[in-house]
Amino acid sequence: MRRLLAHPSLAIGLSATLLFALLGLVSLVWTPFPIADIDIGRRFLGVTASHWLGTDNLGRDMVSLLMAGTLTSFLVAALAVGIGAGIGVPLGLLAAAWGGPVEWLVLRFSDFIFAFPAVIVAILITTLVGPGAINAIIAIGIFNIPVFARVARGGALSIATLDFVAAGRLAGLGNTRIAYRHLLPNIMSLLIVQGTIQMSLGILAEAGLSYIGLGTQPPETSLGLMLRDAQGVFLIHPWLTLLPGIAIVLIVIGLNIAGDGLRDAIDPRLRQGPTNVLA
Amino acid sequence: MIVYILRRFLGFAATLLVAALVIFLLLDLLPGDPAQFILGMNATPESVARLRMQMGLDVPAPQRFAGWIWGMLQGDFGMSYTQRAPVAHLIWDRLGVTAPLSLFAMLISMVVGLPLGILAARRRGKALDTAIMVLAQTGVAVPSFWFGMLLALLFAVTLGWLPPGGFTPWHEDAGAALRSLVLPSLALALPQASILARVMRTALVDVTGQDFIRTARAKGLTMGEAVWRHGVRNALLPVLTILGLQFAFLIAGTIIVENVFYLPGLGRLIFTAISQRDLTLVRGATIVLIIAVTLTMLVTDLAYGLVDPRLREGPPS
Repeated sequence: MRRLLAHPSLAIGLSATLLFALLGLVSLVWTPFPIADIDIGRRFLGVTASHWLGTDNLGRDMVSLLMAGTLTSFLVAALAVGIGAGIGVPLGLLAAAWGGPVEWLVLRFSDFIFAFPAVIVAILITTLVGPGAINAIIAIGIFNIPVFARVARGGALSIATLDFVAAGRLAGLGNTRIAYRHLLPNIMSLLIVQGTIQMSLGILAEAGLSYIGLGTQPPETSLGLMLRDAQGVFLIHPWLTLLPGIAIVLIVIGLNIAGDGLRDAIDPRLRQGPTNVLA
Repeated sequence: MIVYILRRFLGFAATLLVAALVIFLLLDLLPGDPAQFILGMNATPESVARLRMQMGLDVPAPQRFAGWIWGMLQGDFGMSYTQRAPVAHLIWDRLGVTAPLSLFAMLISMVVGLPLGILAARRRGKALDTAIMVLAQTGVAVPSFWFGMLLALLFAVTLGWLPPGGFTPWHEDAGAALRSLVLPSLALALPQASILARVMRTALVDVTGQDFIRTARAKGLTMGEAVWRHGVRNALLPVLTILGLQFAFLIAGTIIVENVFYLPGLGRLIFTAISQRDLTLVRGATIVLIIAVTLTMLVTDLAYGLVDPRLREGPPS
C-alpha cells in the first residue's frame, strides 16, 4: 500500500476519486436538502448561507443535486464496468486458454460489438422499453465487453507461455483450471487499471446519454441529467451548467490520473502507454 | 494485397449483415403492433389489418428481413409513416449536417492533435511537454457537449462572433451553414485532439528509441530529420488505429452535440423517431450509423495495409 501511494499521481487521482465517491455515498443518508424538494419561489438563487452553491430552475439545492447526481453517475459507470468485466474477462480467458476456433469466435465477436457504439445500443433499448438509467448501464456495459475481452486475452497470452503455466498443465490441470487459477490472478492488475479507465469513460458516456434523454430519468438525478435540465436556461444562468460539468471533468481527471498512476505503480514497463486505453 | 482487401471486405459485409439482423430482431420483438399504434386503440380490426398489409407486416419475419436488406441494397430504406416520406430521403437530408460536422471535427482534431503530440515528443520531459500533456489530460475529461455549451456562451453570446445554434441549409447560404458548424466541430474536436496528441506522443517516443532512428542518425541525419522522415511515418500506425476506433465515438458525440446547437442532424431525426415510435425510421437511421462506423474500421484496416506492408500477410493483431 505504501509502495502504491509513493506514486504522487496515483495518490492525487485516487483521493480525488474517493472524495467524489464519498460525497455520492453520503447523499444516500444525508443531503443538505431533499433533492425532490421543489420550491419555485426560491429558484435561481446564487450562493447563499443555506444553499452553498445556489438552487436550480426548480428551486432545488445544487449541493444536494450534485451529491446525488455523482452517486448515480458512479453507480451507472461501475455497474457497466461490472457487466463488461463479468462477460468480457471470461471471454478473453476462454480465447487465450483454448485458442483455435474459440479464439477466432471471441475476436470476431468483439470486433462486431465495436460496431455498436453505446449511443446506438441506447437508442435501440430506449425504442424497445423506453428511457431509463438501466439502458445507460446496459449500453455502456455492452461497449465495455470487448474492451475487457481484449485486455484479458492479451494479458493471458503473455502469461500462458510462462513455466508455471506449463507446470500446471503437466500436473493435469484443464483449460478452465489454468485460466482460473493461473491466468486470472496474474492479469488482475491489468484488469484493475482498465476498470479505472472504463469507469471514467462510463461517467462521460452516462453524462452524454442522460443529456440527450436516453439515460437517467427524473425524479432520479445524475450529472448528465442536471446538464439536460440546465440546457434551457444556460444562456441566462450558466452557473447551473458549469457546476455539473466541472464535477464531471474533475471526477474523470481523477479516475484517469489514478489509472495512469496505478499502471505505473503496478508495472513501470507500461509507463506512458495510453494506447491500450481503447485497443 | 488483393486477398487482404477481399478478406477485409468480406468481414465488413458479414458485420453489417449480422448487425442488421440484430437491429431487425430487436425492433421486431417490440411488444405491440405498430399498425395498431398508428391507428390508435379505437381502430377497427379491418383497418388495422389493411395497414398491416400496406406496411408489409403480414409477411413472415425472415421474408421481411430479406426484403429490408434487398431494399437497402437498392437504396430503398422503406417509408416513414410519421413523416410520410422515404426514410432514405430523410436520412440523406440530415446527413448534410451530420456528415460534414463529424468530418470537420476529425480534421480539426488531427490538425491540432498530431502536431501537439509530435511537439511534446520532441520536447520530452521539458516544460512544453508537461504543458501539452496536462492540456490533453484535461481535454480527454471534458464532455464534448458541455464544452460546446461553454463555446456557445463565449463565442456566440458574449462575443457574438458565431451563431449560438440553428442551421441554414447549404443551398441557401453555404457560408452561414459553415459558420453554424464551427462551434460544434470545435466542441467535438477537443477530446479527440487530446487523445490523438497523447497517442502521437507515445508512439513517437517509442519509435525514437528504435534502431532505425540510430541508423538514420549514423547516416548523418540530424535528430529532427531522422524523426521527421522515419519516425513520424512509423508512429502513424498506432495513431491510425486510434483514429479508426475514435470515429465511432465521434459519431456518437455528433449526435449528442447536435442537441446543444439545435442542429437538424441525424440525432434530431432519431430522437423524434423514437418518441413517435417510427420503427422504420429508427431502423434505417441506426443501420446508417453502423454502416458509418464499420466503414471507418474497413478504411482504417485498408490504410493500415497500405502503410505497413507486413500486415497484408496476416490479419492485424
